[in-house]
Amino acid sequence: MAEWVEACAVDDVDEEDVIRFDHGNRTFAIYRSPDDEFFATDGFCTHEKAHLADGLVMDDIIECPKHNGRFNYKTGQAKGAPVCVNLKTYPVKVEAGKVMIEID
Amino acid sequence: MAAGKTTRDYSLVGETTRRAIETGLASAEWYHTDVSRKAMKELMQRSDGPAIRDTIIWIAAILGSAAGIIWFWGTWWVVPFLFVYGMLYGSSSDSRWHECGHGTAFRTRWMNDVVYQIASFMVMRNPVTWRWSHARHHTDTIIVGRDAEIAVMRPPDLLKAGLAFTGILDFRYSLPALVRQAFGRLSDDEKSYVPEMEQAKAVAAARWHVAVYMATIALAIALRSWLPLVLIGLPRLYGTWHMVMTGLLQHIGLADNVVDHRLNTRTVYLNPISRFIYWNMNYHVEHHMFPMVPYHALPRLHELIKHDLPEPNPSMWHAYREVWPVLLRQLRYEDYYLTRELPPTARPYRGEFHDRILRAAW
Repeated sequence: MAEWVEACAVDDVDEEDVIRFDHGNRTFAIYRSPDDEFFATDGFCTHEKAHLADGLVMDDIIECPKHNGRFNYKTGQAKGAPVCVNLKTYPVKVEAGKVMIEID
Repeated sequence: MAAGKTTRDYSLVGETTRRAIETGLASAEWYHTDVSRKAMKELMQRSDGPAIRDTIIWIAAILGSAAGIIWFWGTWWVVPFLFVYGMLYGSSSDSRWHECGHGTAFRTRWMNDVVYQIASFMVMRNPVTWRWSHARHHTDTIIVGRDAEIAVMRPPDLLKAGLAFTGILDFRYSLPALVRQAFGRLSDDEKSYVPEMEQAKAVAAARWHVAVYMATIALAIALRSWLPLVLIGLPRLYGTWHMVMTGLLQHIGLADNVVDHRLNTRTVYLNPISRFIYWNMNYHVEHHMFPMVPYHALPRLHELIKHDLPEPNPSMWHAYREVWPVLLRQLRYEDYYLTRELPPTARPYRGEFHDRILRAAW
């Protein structure tokens, strides 16, 4: 059953950046876009087990730190080799300065 | 360091592969020097400027030296132009292939892709299979049974290593491989690292490459001249020496089956011309530890983390002098390797961790 979980404070994430959020035995990546919107995806790259939070955010793209695989973090779309499998995304809302994500 | 005598199996689908996966050597978590997120973000920043500048110089030098070859063809004056053109075509294409394959040379993706495709052709590599083999090389750097890009295997074949400077062996491998792939056949090793959904692309890419070579041969026959082949294809033979001279030093003589790039990778200081040809890949420990950092930022990364790395070799000559006795010793004891000393400011190698994995693996 889906639940809303507090992931971080708004100020914890710089603009055009990403941080890691662990919940239970799962890990997520929380993004702040250049136009100040928040997004959330699974925390690991779909190619190999690397934390996307160590990667580079450029516009709508998160680039994996291990093999430079690129995803659109807003849609989860894999943008080409070496990533072929899309990234799972999660709904996000901001309430009272907190970034909340809906986890199933 | 020496241990008992073993025989390495470099196949990517054999018993060693299975053991590497079982023991956790494959896809392991590697050592990283601590760098703050703020500093790393600055270093990772992409920019089109440096690569556009370098690519304009690169293309101008290629076209200029090609024009010199055509102009002076049939005279001895052609030799210096062959030297420059061959090095640019047969050697600097490797570093452009590499950096654009990582997608770090340019900020703009299509620019990386265009230069990647051109450089792949020049260096005679299938752009699809080699993208995947290089991903594997970064996941499992010098892990026997996993890494598809181990240049000098143990015990070292010194004749083969020497011939590599002529490009003959690479040529003999690369061209037949492209022809085989063009006929739709990928080897078992290739299938082990190229996902099924990408294999058709590999075949298509090989067909394009082979088609251009066939057209070049046809032109050479029509013109009754070697000139087309001297400009397209053969530079992979006569111009490859710089790529081999710099590239061999990346890992040769160092440890295998470890998960710390400080143990299996080498940084060497180079002159500015070689650094231009090699696009700063002489900072190789830094590149492997942080592959997101573009080539133009590697000197800055080096300054930031050198306190935690073995001291770089001050020159290629120094590095080859250091590695030569190691290779000779590996002829008799293939488990022997060079352990480069860390400065007192560095965090120590993870000895216990490696010993545990190696005991399990062998």
